[in-house]
Amino acid sequence: MTTLTGEQTAQKTAVKRTAKDYVDPYYAGILLGVVLFLAFFLTGSGLGASGGLNRMLVFVEDLIAPNHVNRTPYLLAMAGGARNPLDSWVVFVTIGVVFGGIASGWRNGRLKVETNRGPNVSVKMRWMMAFIGGALMGYGARFARGCTSGQALSGGAVLSVGSWAFMFAVFGGAYALAYTMRKFWN
Amino acid sequence: MTIFPLPLAEIFGHWGAYVVFLFIGFAFGYVLEIAGFGNSKKLAAQFYFKDFTVLKVMFGAIIVAMSLIFATSALGLLDYNLIWVNPTYLWPGIVGGLIMGFGFIIGGFCPGTSLVAAATGKLDGVFFVLGVLFGIFLFGETVQNFDIFWTSSYMGRFTLPEWLGLSTGTVVLLVILMALFMFWGGEKLEQAIGKKDPKSQPKWRYPAAGVLVLAAIIFMVIGQPTTEDRWNHIAAEKEALLAERAVQIHPGELLDTTHDTKIKTVMIDVREEVDYNLFHILDARHVPLSEIDNPEFISELHFEPANTVFVLMSNDEAAATEAWKILQAESVPNVYILEGGVNGWIATFGDDDLTKRFNSGAGEDQLCYIFDSALGDRYSASEPDPHAHELEYVPKIKLELKRAPTSGGCG
Repeated sequence: MTTLTGEQTAQKTAVKRTAKDYVDPYYAGILLGVVLFLAFFLTGSGLGASGGLNRMLVFVEDLIAPNHVNRTPYLLAMAGGARNPLDSWVVFVTIGVVFGGIASGWRNGRLKVETNRGPNVSVKMRWMMAFIGGALMGYGARFARGCTSGQALSGGAVLSVGSWAFMFAVFGGAYALAYTMRKFWN
Repeated sequence: MTIFPLPLAEIFGHWGAYVVFLFIGFAFGYVLEIAGFGNSKKLAAQFYFKDFTVLKVMFGAIIVAMSLIFATSALGLLDYNLIWVNPTYLWPGIVGGLIMGFGFIIGGFCPGTSLVAAATGKLDGVFFVLGVLFGIFLFGETVQNFDIFWTSSYMGRFTLPEWLGLSTGTVVLLVILMALFMFWGGEKLEQAIGKKDPKSQPKWRYPAAGVLVLAAIIFMVIGQPTTEDRWNHIAAEKEALLAERAVQIHPGELLDTTHDTKIKTVMIDVREEVDYNLFHILDARHVPLSEIDNPEFISELHFEPANTVFVLMSNDEAAATEAWKILQAESVPNVYILEGGVNGWIATFGDDDLTKRFNSGAGEDQLCYIFDSALGDRYSASEPDPHAHELEYVPKIKLELKRAPTSGGCG
């Protein structure tokens, strides 16, 4: 943190809505660690994100095609019969994440409609890649029974063998494909 | 008794407890945003060795949370048994992880960070979230085709200390050292490839790393509580329950409970194998007293559904009481002891052929009936008809709310 002189402070207030810098990654890591610890300490469960999205999706599927949900074992476990797929802690964590993101984006002047992309990629191309990458992520997250938050972070902190194997697989997969994808990001 | 994790549903009610999760999620989303995880370019830079924010934040969070979890557990504040440890399905986890890795570099986010990106107006984040939903949908529709693989290589609650055969404290220290080494390497690469000024790294990171390592060494010396330590914590309160005979249930109550469709009864016979082979109750599981404290067995019990009642039995009550103390210490809920043990059961339900061969010379906690052959559960007394017996007893089973989460890790 640098101390601001009076002049700089005045400047800063004048351009109030300019995006502030992101915090130092080590500092963010410590904060995230404390949040993760509190999740375990208070509730016994860790953090999660894809599970919440999963349940919201199944909730909609159950509204549209309840018979199909009742015939598919994987969906049945969440929404079979009178079961409410939204009746789960992870749904509320997921909702909280969205509000937390908005709050921080608003406070730090980073609420802005934009598309982050590499310099050599068109906006439409970036959207398409985001959708494809997201589909792979969603599929993989369910395959691995958790995403980066639910498996890698949460399982990693409580020393689950499977979560550590998973984490190295994620980094391995991304690094393996990084060279092929370099034109999209650089 | 260890206080944490809190029995949230008991304190706030079923839906009220979710407010706590809402706050946790809020803090999670906030921290992800200030770390820069709503920005796909920053995330992708990790994989081109330019910016190690992803590595620093993730492993920073893991080692801080891990240290706090095992420190509070060592101090007896937090019950590690009641914490959700993702069960290991090794190969499906690795395959899923690789797919996610591809998705990460193609799409630029992971599910949690894409929510933050979408929430702050990043359109690539919005498309990513839509993709995630589509991928999840696809998975739900296709998982039947490979469910044998998907449920394979299951190892239950399997932790690094168990795998490596090291103490928890040692593993915690090793993980911290590994993370610090990766941070060091990451900084070198940021300098060489990302052209980052090494002075831009915060100075306090060295003392912070020192504090973490020092704390890990201290807690390694203190060690995690053993079953005995845990029992000593709760002994006064639990010995009183034993003395009041609040947990010893009448054979009639056990019989009725096994026929109650709303309750799952798990009977655990802790006697020697010889006695078990001579006679046991139908469906009673044989786990000798010496194996009750096996961590794998304990975690299996924690995975049972919330409406499970565990009933321990020995010939009389002595060995079952010892087993009861171990399961109490390991925070297994709803554990009871069969009053009078298997001897009492035979006296209640045995026919004359069985009961007439009474051995008055049997020692304490010994089988006091004589059997010629090891017929196991092929006696009528092994599965008495609940309607044939009108027994009077004081019911003692009260289902307590389960504190250990039955799902976690994106469950």
